[in-house]
Amino acid sequence: MHPAILGILTIALGVGACIGYFFLSNLFLDKVLFPPRGPNAGRNINRANLIRPWLFLFPALFVLGLYLAYPVFATLWLSVTERTSSGNIWVGFENYTQMLGEEKFWEAMRNNMLWLIVVPAASTGFGLLAAQLTDRISWGNIAKSLIFMPMAISFVGAAVIWKLIYDTRPEGSDQIGLLNAIYLFFGGDAPQTWLTLPFWNNFFLMAVLIWIQTGFAMVILSAALRGIPEETVEAAIVDGANPFQVFFKIKVPQIMGTIVVVWTTITIIVLKVFDIVFAMTNGQWETQVLANYMYDKMFRANDWGVGSASAMIIMLLVTPILVWNIRNARKEMR
Amino acid sequence: MNNIAGTKSSLVWAVHISVAVLVIAWLLPTIGLFVSSFRTADQIATSGWWKSLFAQEQTFTQRAAAPDTQVQIDGLYVIEGQIFEGDERPAIQTWGISSRAVDAFVPGEVAELRRGGTVTLNADGTYRMENTEEFGGSRGQRIFITAEVPPEFTFDNYYTVVFDPNNIDGMAKAFINTLTVTIPATIIPILVAAFAAYALAWMDFPGRALLIAAVVGLLVVPLQLALIPLLKLHNDIGIGKGYIGVWLAHTGFGMPMAIYLLRNYMVGLPRDIIENARVDGATEFQIFIKIILPLSFPALASFAIFQFLWTWNDLLVSLVFLIDSTGETTVMTKQIIELLGTRGGNWEILATAAFVSIIVPLIVFFAMQKYLVRGMLAGSVK
Repeated sequence: MHPAILGILTIALGVGACIGYFFLSNLFLDKVLFPPRGPNAGRNINRANLIRPWLFLFPALFVLGLYLAYPVFATLWLSVTERTSSGNIWVGFENYTQMLGEEKFWEAMRNNMLWLIVVPAASTGFGLLAAQLTDRISWGNIAKSLIFMPMAISFVGAAVIWKLIYDTRPEGSDQIGLLNAIYLFFGGDAPQTWLTLPFWNNFFLMAVLIWIQTGFAMVILSAALRGIPEETVEAAIVDGANPFQVFFKIKVPQIMGTIVVVWTTITIIVLKVFDIVFAMTNGQWETQVLANYMYDKMFRANDWGVGSASAMIIMLLVTPILVWNIRNARKEMR
Repeated sequence: MNNIAGTKSSLVWAVHISVAVLVIAWLLPTIGLFVSSFRTADQIATSGWWKSLFAQEQTFTQRAAAPDTQVQIDGLYVIEGQIFEGDERPAIQTWGISSRAVDAFVPGEVAELRRGGTVTLNADGTYRMENTEEFGGSRGQRIFITAEVPPEFTFDNYYTVVFDPNNIDGMAKAFINTLTVTIPATIIPILVAAFAAYALAWMDFPGRALLIAAVVGLLVVPLQLALIPLLKLHNDIGIGKGYIGVWLAHTGFGMPMAIYLLRNYMVGLPRDIIENARVDGATEFQIFIKIILPLSFPALASFAIFQFLWTWNDLLVSLVFLIDSTGETTVMTKQIIELLGTRGGNWEILATAAFVSIIVPLIVFFAMQKYLVRGMLAGSVK
């Protein structure tokens, strides 16, 4: 069968099954189980209303539980067991000690810390700059769309885009990578292979994520800047503040809450991001990060124990944000 | 705030220029790839894409006509012809007959051939070979030409990457596979999450607050944790690697975001409408279908865009839950990774393949940006 037809067929089946569940289950509840008529109409309506929320929630709770909650515990379990021919056996913290003894793991940790500092800071910084600057000019919305555009590009696509920028040709021939061309134009001595320069290559990889995330930060911060009451800004100007003072002393403090939210959101993305490193260096030349290390262990080395242990490290790193999020949500609900 | 006292005009100019610089810096990478995807392999390999709009000096090899076309004129053996095939006649700068001196002569000069005779190449590409004896051999004389080639763009790369049925690196199948993953993985979570969000926003039942807190918590759980346990589960219940598995996975991973966004929106809908409908005897199912869903369109649209972009651009979930050893179900992101490995230097293939995968999300992005922004503002900041 033609793959397109097969595709359409499978799509229809998947979506159809989903619509069918909601429609038929409600029909069953209203027509067969507790029909809202007859001698017990009132009681039936109440009973139906007790059941219906769970009918509505069931598929969502099912996938949430199965795909997000259960794996947390299953991975925790895997991380303290070893896979043998006779099933998983308890090994305690052996996987963790093995992982902590590996140089590659510490390299991933060091790089990840670097990513966690640089990427959110740079994205938020550039985003704030872009938000502030574009707010005041007539073509600001177009400029915003264009800066925002990389958000739509996949990490893999972005990796290809930036690999072209970092491309290196032998000395003497025309450079086709923009970075080398600029480097030589400004008096660099020889073309560099940017992605293999130890330590600095991390920053070349981070540039990709910063490029993608700046648009996100800009959009959110720009909305926050718009929300600042104009009186505070006008009062500062009347008092003789210059534009920089207005920005740093009046505006930034008022949107501090939003800056923190943007910062943490990007932090979570950094911890999960794996495609960029996977596509561009695959962790070679000292660019390993945790997410790629984990993928390596799980699917290349087939070491589920150590792989799960490193996944638990990622979980551990997001836990403070998780707790903070829930506390904030509860505060709002009250 | 343009006209407030104290805004100096010099500063306004600085703002304009800084924004322009920022926009160009953010656009250039993508433009580079876009331009490259329309150039030939030779052009990409020999000059930067930013030079593609200008004429390029290029050296290439042509052959004069074979000796069996020679004619005898006034006792001389002569081969004449036009060195360029086709209509294109780049302006010849220099030429040569040996690979060690490709720029030995300028147009109009006469070169001595090693095996006797002379050859002259004119600026318009016509040449004349003369000899007192017969030209031997079976192949024509090699001539090296250095010429200014005008900028040239081609759709050939796109043809090769998308339509050529003989190209094993082609993206056509991966494109369809990506669609097959993306469409259900966008629609199913919306449906499921909309019902759940409605229940969490407007229905009263014990444990509601706890569930909402759980959804917020799950928002940040890294999906890396889910890979091995779920792959095992999929294998145990028999779906293994395949579309059903990947849809379910995307549905699960997108669910917290979907419920969170949609609930935030639905809570803000006017209570009167819902109460009135209830009083009029509408069932909850009818209220949901006829009132809530239409009113929630902006929120549904914004989540749909998120989920679409996320599933379209995803690599990890497809890698783990979909793509098997046959490679029949490969998606575009994975196909590009393969190309990066095997065709790392073939920029014409890579650039075009990357652009094919980028173009759909870009169209969606520019068409639906309004909803995307709205969703982001509802999701990230209250």
